[in-house]
Amino acid sequence: MLSAVVTGLAESLRRLGSGAIAAIGRLGYAARFFVAVIYESPAAFARLHLTVREIYFSGVLSLIIILVSGLFVGMVLALQGYDVLQRYGADESLGVLVALSLVRELGPVVAGLLFASRAGSAITAEIGLMKATEQLSAMEMMAVDPLARVVAPRFWGGVISMPFLAALFSTLGVFGAYLVGVRLIGIDPGAFWGNMQAGVDFRFDIVNGVIKSAVFGTAVSLIAVFEGFDAKPTAEGVSSATTRTVVESSLAILALDFVLTVFMFRGLT
Amino acid sequence: MNLNRSTLDLWVGAFVAMGIGAILFLALKVGNLVNWGSTPGYRLEARFDNIGGLKLRAPVKAAGVVVGRVERIKLDPATYQAVVTLKVDHGYEFTTDTIASILTSGLLGEVYIGLDPGGDPKMLADGTRLTKTQSAVILEKLIGQFLVDKAANTGGK
Repeated sequence: MLSAVVTGLAESLRRLGSGAIAAIGRLGYAARFFVAVIYESPAAFARLHLTVREIYFSGVLSLIIILVSGLFVGMVLALQGYDVLQRYGADESLGVLVALSLVRELGPVVAGLLFASRAGSAITAEIGLMKATEQLSAMEMMAVDPLARVVAPRFWGGVISMPFLAALFSTLGVFGAYLVGVRLIGIDPGAFWGNMQAGVDFRFDIVNGVIKSAVFGTAVSLIAVFEGFDAKPTAEGVSSATTRTVVESSLAILALDFVLTVFMFRGLT
Repeated sequence: MNLNRSTLDLWVGAFVAMGIGAILFLALKVGNLVNWGSTPGYRLEARFDNIGGLKLRAPVKAAGVVVGRVERIKLDPATYQAVVTLKVDHGYEFTTDTIASILTSGLLGEVYIGLDPGGDPKMLADGTRLTKTQSAVILEKLIGQFLVDKAANTGGK
């Protein structure tokens, strides 16, 4: 009886330990992979059209979802913000509220989450399937480094697309807020834009927002290419790698957002 | 997907142009890049007994016009006064007897520093101190004072 309990405890402890070791080992492999991708990047940039092609797939094809979501998020923010602000007679601050929320947080974060599920999952599935159908091994046989030919262009395509997507998201959000706030509700346009310009600082708010989106783009792209490259070469392996990409990217975006916000905006209050 | 290279370049070029356009829109229309960097400005120092709710980057106004921003706030350990560094835009000059006061726009509005120039012919130079200051009005202290006065008055009768 007692020995069974002890064996059970030892067994669960052993499983916990091996799980932790596997996780740390995977993290180390991911870090090594990141360095290798950066190292192979000059070779990838030498054939620039590969990266341009990936900007098309992860950036241009994500435009529709980013633009439409930005517009709706801005419109909802304007409606909800107006509802609270007008109770305090501060409805003319709607422009600042919407612009700061979008530029500092919602633009980079929501665009990053959409990017992870729209483009990140596609990258993982593509690389994973290439691995499953042994295309990557075939490239190695032909002395073509798959890191330079397949992985690095997809990584940089995502890194370059993401800041633009986040800026477009914020812009469409501000436009949506303008439509609802000024055109529909009837806030004075001068106060809307004037308060916004007085409250939004270029260096602190806009540059920090762009930095955030670049960091998120790097994180999402790295996770996407790594999960694809590391996927088990089976149909099931590719599907679980795609799921992991979306989950890990979303968590990484939210956690990184907290860390970056602490560094960027704590000194202001 | 069958896309030839020039179509691809066109799409990606349009995408990058849109993205740069969005960042420019944010910088110029949403943000205040127009006022940023182009006016270097000069610094003034003011000491207050109490700054109330004054925050960094709060506006500095003269006659209601924003002429600068609060750049730094710290406590002087010797006198226990708050030392506020103001950055005033170039092109605005103030007399040496200017009074700096901490004001609030409306009951719930933002806290800002108001500058009231006097009649002195000399102007403040970069890095000088504003000697005449007026601290923030703390509402709780005001109410406390009012209650004490009221009690003293009714007690005397």
